[in-house]
Amino acid sequence: MNVKKVDLSRIKPYGDQMDDGAVQLSFTLPVSNGPRAREAARQLVNSMGFSEVQIVFSEDLSDDFTFFIVYGKTEKFVDYNSIKAIGVESPKMNMEQVDEYISTNIGHPIIVVGATIGTDAHTVGLDSILNMKGFHGDSGLERYRMFEVYNLGSQIAPTELAKKVREVNANVVLVSQVVTQRNIHIKHLTELVDVLEAEGLRDRVLLIAGGPRITHELAVELGYDAGFGAGTMPSDVASYIASEVAKKLL
Amino acid sequence: MNKRIPHLDLDENLVREARKLAKDVTDDVQRFIDVKSTTSVERTVVRLYGIDGIDAEDVPLPNVIVDDVKNGGGLDRGVAYWIANGCIAKSMMPQELAEAVGRREFSLMDLPPQNEGLVAEKIDEMTKSAIEHITEIRETRDRMLEELGDPPQPYLYVIVATGNIYEDVVQARAAVKEGADIVAVIRSTAQSLLDYVPYGATTEGYGGTYATQENFKIMRAALDEVQQEVGRYVRLTNYASGLCMPEITAMGALEGLDFLLNDSMYGILFRNINMIRTFVDQYTSRLISAYSHITINTGEDNYIKTSDPIDRAHTVTTSQLINEQFALKSYMKPEYMGIGHAFEIDPDVTNGLLYEIAHAMLTRELFPQATPKYMPPTRHMTGNIFKGYAMNSLYNLVSIMTGQSIQLLGMLTEAIHTPFLQDRYLAISNAKYVFNNAKDIGNEIVFKSDGFIQKRANEVLENAVKLLEHVKAVGLISAIEEGTFGDISRKRDEGKGGDGVFTKGEDYYNPILEAIIEELRGESV
Repeated sequence: MNVKKVDLSRIKPYGDQMDDGAVQLSFTLPVSNGPRAREAARQLVNSMGFSEVQIVFSEDLSDDFTFFIVYGKTEKFVDYNSIKAIGVESPKMNMEQVDEYISTNIGHPIIVVGATIGTDAHTVGLDSILNMKGFHGDSGLERYRMFEVYNLGSQIAPTELAKKVREVNANVVLVSQVVTQRNIHIKHLTELVDVLEAEGLRDRVLLIAGGPRITHELAVELGYDAGFGAGTMPSDVASYIASEVAKKLL
Repeated sequence: MNKRIPHLDLDENLVREARKLAKDVTDDVQRFIDVKSTTSVERTVVRLYGIDGIDAEDVPLPNVIVDDVKNGGGLDRGVAYWIANGCIAKSMMPQELAEAVGRREFSLMDLPPQNEGLVAEKIDEMTKSAIEHITEIRETRDRMLEELGDPPQPYLYVIVATGNIYEDVVQARAAVKEGADIVAVIRSTAQSLLDYVPYGATTEGYGGTYATQENFKIMRAALDEVQQEVGRYVRLTNYASGLCMPEITAMGALEGLDFLLNDSMYGILFRNINMIRTFVDQYTSRLISAYSHITINTGEDNYIKTSDPIDRAHTVTTSQLINEQFALKSYMKPEYMGIGHAFEIDPDVTNGLLYEIAHAMLTRELFPQATPKYMPPTRHMTGNIFKGYAMNSLYNLVSIMTGQSIQLLGMLTEAIHTPFLQDRYLAISNAKYVFNNAKDIGNEIVFKSDGFIQKRANEVLENAVKLLEHVKAVGLISAIEEGTFGDISRKRDEGKGGDGVFTKGEDYYNPILEAIIEELRGESV
């Protein structure tokens, strides 16, 4: 049978066959359900550039809101060959390899200070990277022989964090931001860069941001060395720190 | 209530032993609590005397009054005396008096001592009126609950978190129409460390709205309206935690809140609040909740968000038992104890569901009269909303099977954003589907006597008893210093708000708490 092969110069969503462009969407409109609401949803999705729009489900959420599940097909495509992504690039090592790498290339433990800053009280992300226990069987940085970790916990003021960096002579600063309402995380993250710069500490440390809504691209834009988003394992961060700190020393 | 739940054979001697140990542990702490008060406890008294509002610099009047007395060196007598003395000296009502102090017209401490008999009479009058006021609110709520009807358990509990109380109202109304029984208004994350309660309505909060009396009033009014439309009582939740724990409870009592998040150790561990401050504050807070028929929700779910839910399951049980004993010390009836736990085991664990059932059964069986609050998966929600929705279905199944009381609905978009309108709708649909489809499943289940679930539940209980033995031996305060709970260590002299703790003087008098205790004690005999 003749199966269409992927054309990397123009890739499209794959539903059940190559290049069908099938996309699923769900959203709520602030009107009550009925034929008129469904037509409105159809036209809206049409106007987004989708064809063959099917409203497969609609239901009242309350008097004034309707939830829709919609399928449509897109004609849009991207040229995969020309795509460049900014991501953290480092060799992937496990805990033993990282410890070994640091022993050989750096010769002393790397000092890491971590905190969630500003009003953010959520430490789940930070803890899963730093705590012994780690995440999903991947041990946290505290368990590594060659990391000396100071986990300051939640709601730490940037100035307080800077003080600790100076006090322990940290090589790495790890900040986690989880609460993201109204982009408050960006304000907090920027504030920390300003403080570190004002105190002359920025160039001395490797500055890393993490959290479900953080991307490497965003972190770099905000003045960080790297950003780690959802799905990051402690060993990903450890490998990156080890190789970057080694580079810095060269 | 008619809970149809399967039975778990717990070693009854072990259950008795666990309770006895938890009682001993909390008796020990209560001795510290009884001789101390805090600035926030005193501000609670001020609020219950009807003082509200802010001064020209936006400082809440309860803070103005307590700071005035504190700076003058009179706080160890309790703030009530100074207010009554001031009211007599100036022939003013408490609110007028507070406003005048707020304008810096005088200090309560500079007023000459008035006739003792008159002051005592004034205190009685103010206290009587304060107690009557919160009693009336309690009776109104109880009556509404009876008239509109208590929905079947598990209650569907949802969260609104827009940061704008008026937008929260829109979302809450929609959620109630979809079937929510309980609405929790998420509090701004920064509030726990504020040593005052902000004033007025919040329209631009970060990570939620502030717990303010005005916000409570706005949401309560909206729910009172929508509950008439849907014909069932809708409960309102907020957070009595942080440095203003008892004040927020007083505001809850004044505005007719039904649920307050209130843990005996959460603030110490997760917000680094001084432990004596927390223990003293939670005692006052729970007395008011017990009096006002407010259900407290304890925070054990948090332990297994930071440490392993299987290895450390017994720390949840231990904390539940400690929370129960602290609540009993505040004469709280078991039905107002929303004992916390959570469905947080890594979904990749083989037979993870059996562990969850065992842990949930243990909570249910240990606290048969309580209204356990079950918390949804959060730490293993990855952004894969489809997997997350499946996990929430299993969570709902465990809840209906094991007879939980309060179901905080899991959101498929957990870890992505605060819930969209449709996320809440999908969560409610999921719970309704599972709760109806498996309604009497608990009635049909018998756990094998030598099976995994029975063994696991007893194992967790044994470990909890061992831990309680240790906690009793070293004392709760030292146990917290050792990092026993949530793998977090806090020192007794450290933490925020320690400067607000003071030792009661010989003439210390807190007439409101005394009145509440007297009445609760009367009920409990």
